[in-house]
Amino acid sequence: MSGSRKVTAAASVLLLLSLAGSVLLLRRLDQARTTATPEEVLYLNSPKWVKRLSLGYDGLLADIYWTRAVQYFGGRHVVGAKDYRLLYPLLEITTALDPKLIVAYQFGANFVAPNPPEGAGMPDKAVALVEYGIRNNPDNWKLYYELGFIYYYMKPTDYGKAAEAFERGTKVPNAHPFLRVLAAQMAQHAGEIETSRMLWQAAYATTQEELLRKNAVAHLRALKVDEDITGLETMVARYREQTGVLPSNFNVLIGEGMLLGVPVDPDGKPYKLMPDGRIELRSPEDFSFVVKGLPPGYVPGPPKFH
Amino acid sequence: MSRVVYIAANTFREAVRDRVLYNLIAFAVLLSGAAILVGQISIDIERLVVVNLGLTAVSLFGVVIAIFIGIGLVSKEMEKRTLYTVLSRPVRRWEFIVGKFFGLAGTLLVNTFFMAVGVFAALLYVSHKFQSSDAWILVALFFIVLQLLILCSLALLFSSFSSPLLSAVFAFSLFVIGSFAEDLRLFARMTRGLTHGLAATAAYLVPNFSALNVIGQVAHEQPISWHLIACNTAYALAYSTMAICGAVLIFERRNLK
Amino acid sequence: MIAIETIHLEKTYAVGFWRKKPRVALRPLNLTVEEGEVFGFLGPNGAGKTTTLKLLMGLVSPTGGTARILGKNIYEAEVKAQIGFLPEQPYFYDYLTAKELLEYYAQLSGMQPKERSQKIDAMLERVGLKDAARLQLRKFSKGMLQRVGLAQAILHDPKVVFLDEPMSGLDPMGRREVRDLIEELKQQGKTVFFSTHILSDAEALCDRVAVIHQGELRGVGRVAELTSSVAGKVELIWNGSAVPAGFSALGAECYTSGERARAVVADVQQEAALEILRRERLRLISLTPVRSSLEEYYLQKVNSAVKPAGVAQ
Repeated sequence: MSGSRKVTAAASVLLLLSLAGSVLLLRRLDQARTTATPEEVLYLNSPKWVKRLSLGYDGLLADIYWTRAVQYFGGRHVVGAKDYRLLYPLLEITTALDPKLIVAYQFGANFVAPNPPEGAGMPDKAVALVEYGIRNNPDNWKLYYELGFIYYYMKPTDYGKAAEAFERGTKVPNAHPFLRVLAAQMAQHAGEIETSRMLWQAAYATTQEELLRKNAVAHLRALKVDEDITGLETMVARYREQTGVLPSNFNVLIGEGMLLGVPVDPDGKPYKLMPDGRIELRSPEDFSFVVKGLPPGYVPGPPKFH
Repeated sequence: MSRVVYIAANTFREAVRDRVLYNLIAFAVLLSGAAILVGQISIDIERLVVVNLGLTAVSLFGVVIAIFIGIGLVSKEMEKRTLYTVLSRPVRRWEFIVGKFFGLAGTLLVNTFFMAVGVFAALLYVSHKFQSSDAWILVALFFIVLQLLILCSLALLFSSFSSPLLSAVFAFSLFVIGSFAEDLRLFARMTRGLTHGLAATAAYLVPNFSALNVIGQVAHEQPISWHLIACNTAYALAYSTMAICGAVLIFERRNLK
Repeated sequence: MIAIETIHLEKTYAVGFWRKKPRVALRPLNLTVEEGEVFGFLGPNGAGKTTTLKLLMGLVSPTGGTARILGKNIYEAEVKAQIGFLPEQPYFYDYLTAKELLEYYAQLSGMQPKERSQKIDAMLERVGLKDAARLQLRKFSKGMLQRVGLAQAILHDPKVVFLDEPMSGLDPMGRREVRDLIEELKQQGKTVFFSTHILSDAEALCDRVAVIHQGELRGVGRVAELTSSVAGKVELIWNGSAVPAGFSALGAECYTSGERARAVVADVQQEAALEILRRERLRLISLTPVRSSLEEYYLQKVNSAVKPAGVAQ
């Protein structure tokens, strides 16, 4: 059977070669097609049509669209593309196919509403998406929370609508108690940083989705930085009032007993005390979403998650 | 080597004389004709509808034909024992498989040609003349042929070890999965650890039909890059070769009951 | 020269889907067929005849042992050019004509184009399908298909011809024709190896037979020897509907059917029996010595208890 053995060897070698070849070619094809047009990613852009064409397999199709939405966002967003055009339609189709997919609404609230580069800058669409979610899942308090969240982060903040959204949420059975606190804080416009911190801690607690959690962590870090810098700058101003000069470094403040040590950011890196009395971050690129501590003229890059 | 040619020629002859084939082709051509009617209802998109519906019909009927003759012609040889008389001659088993593949490929080429004539006739009826962008339709048809070649090699692979019904189910499932191959690869890229290994293996092993479907693009008269044509052609050849090698390896060892 | 030789050839199939159980299809078989012989392979259905043929054709791979045809390994291409094979209940490509089919097989056997058309026409004539040469095979009757099958098996002038149940499904005329054809092959000096469960065919055609049962070779013998041994009995047939009383005294086995009566007695009682018939004025029709038939041999072998495997010649 030596002839047969020869055939086996030849066929095996050819099989491996062609397998390697086809994998390489697939990679090339994928590269050639990463600049896919919006139409391609969506296949069909009308949620109604997608639902009709799913022939009843809408659950599976919803999962496919959801995968695409996450991939689209996770893939492109992080590498720096500023194109969110597709995020809303993808989520719209996903939720049309599977209205119970809560995480899709959470995604919408987090990334459709904020202005670029943090999101698509379409708060109206985000509100519509979450309201659609509430209609389909009236008993899920997380959605009311997301709605209030969108209104709070709208520019300008719509305290009235946010309070109303949190208030609606409190009426749902098993609602998390912090909705009541949030509703109250919205009503009195109180404690900006405190409220924000609470909102983001809640955002972290209400989801298991990695990307949403990372987003919440990034915001909490930014809040900490903003808070630190506000405090430090106040301290510097007080020193100047007392002595008439600006402190040259933090050691001066430590010597005065105003500080216990050189203040550090959440990553453990010391803050910088600038000659004009401002406080700056040592690596501002590590902190997305901060409003303070940035060098003059600093243009924030796309958000970074840790 | 000449025996491969003889087997291919005989397969082709056997296949093209089957009347079922003509029914399927006729149906596909009819569907292209029906596109004219649909097109007339909706203003301004006659051409679009004719191309979309016509090429879809060519593709789907081609798939059905490829799977059924691909599996039918091989399993019939085993069931009816014609294979015994072939293999009791100085014919090697790999020659049989390779010959079958080329015979089937020839049949599919001829089928697609006739169905394509139907599409172009319908197109001519609606737009009264051909335009240069219609050449892209030829590219779409070429891609359909590549897709059919891949399916046909898979049909051969499955029928080298499985029953006809199961082979048809396998081949058709792979056609469906392969149409979502890009999503599968996206999915694989997002997973980690063991899941990643499994998903990536599966994603690269299933045939990639997504890149071979450019019907929507040519219907909108968009050009197709030469790079895509070259890559797709090479991919289809590599994948078919792979499936046929697999079929040969299994078939060499198979006991013919 | 030895035409076919099997050495401890055996085959065990794994049956079942999940837990595969072995099923013995052929116990180690040692068999030798001389060139020019017509060899009958006898056994009931499912005895292992077809498995043996498939092993010899290289269609299934043996679990053990080897086989040689014309002194060469059966997997060699040269060997395959020297053999012809007719499977059981053959079926051919529906949409080809008889002529196209033979053309195809001639091509696969490596025959030259010139030789091909000439031989194909001659062969179609020989198997009586000249008029049906241009008819598609799906329109053929079972008997016609069998003839096409025979034609393809001997078309390329092979030295060894394997026929699996060549007579099955044929009418008496067809069987006669196949018999003639096998005779003809024998005259040409071909080796013919055929399996059958019809004993009269084997008795009429074969030089030697082998009996196989339950995958095991039970015996091999020369047909002439098996049937020439006189059993020491004679058979008398006469006109009459009754058996005279004297026969029972002779220890005869008696049968009557209609106007005929038949009795088998020991040959030493032959004269006494004839005397009784004469006395009763019954007309004797025939008196023949009883020879042991192939059937007896076959039944004896098939019914014998399972013996250790590997009995040859």
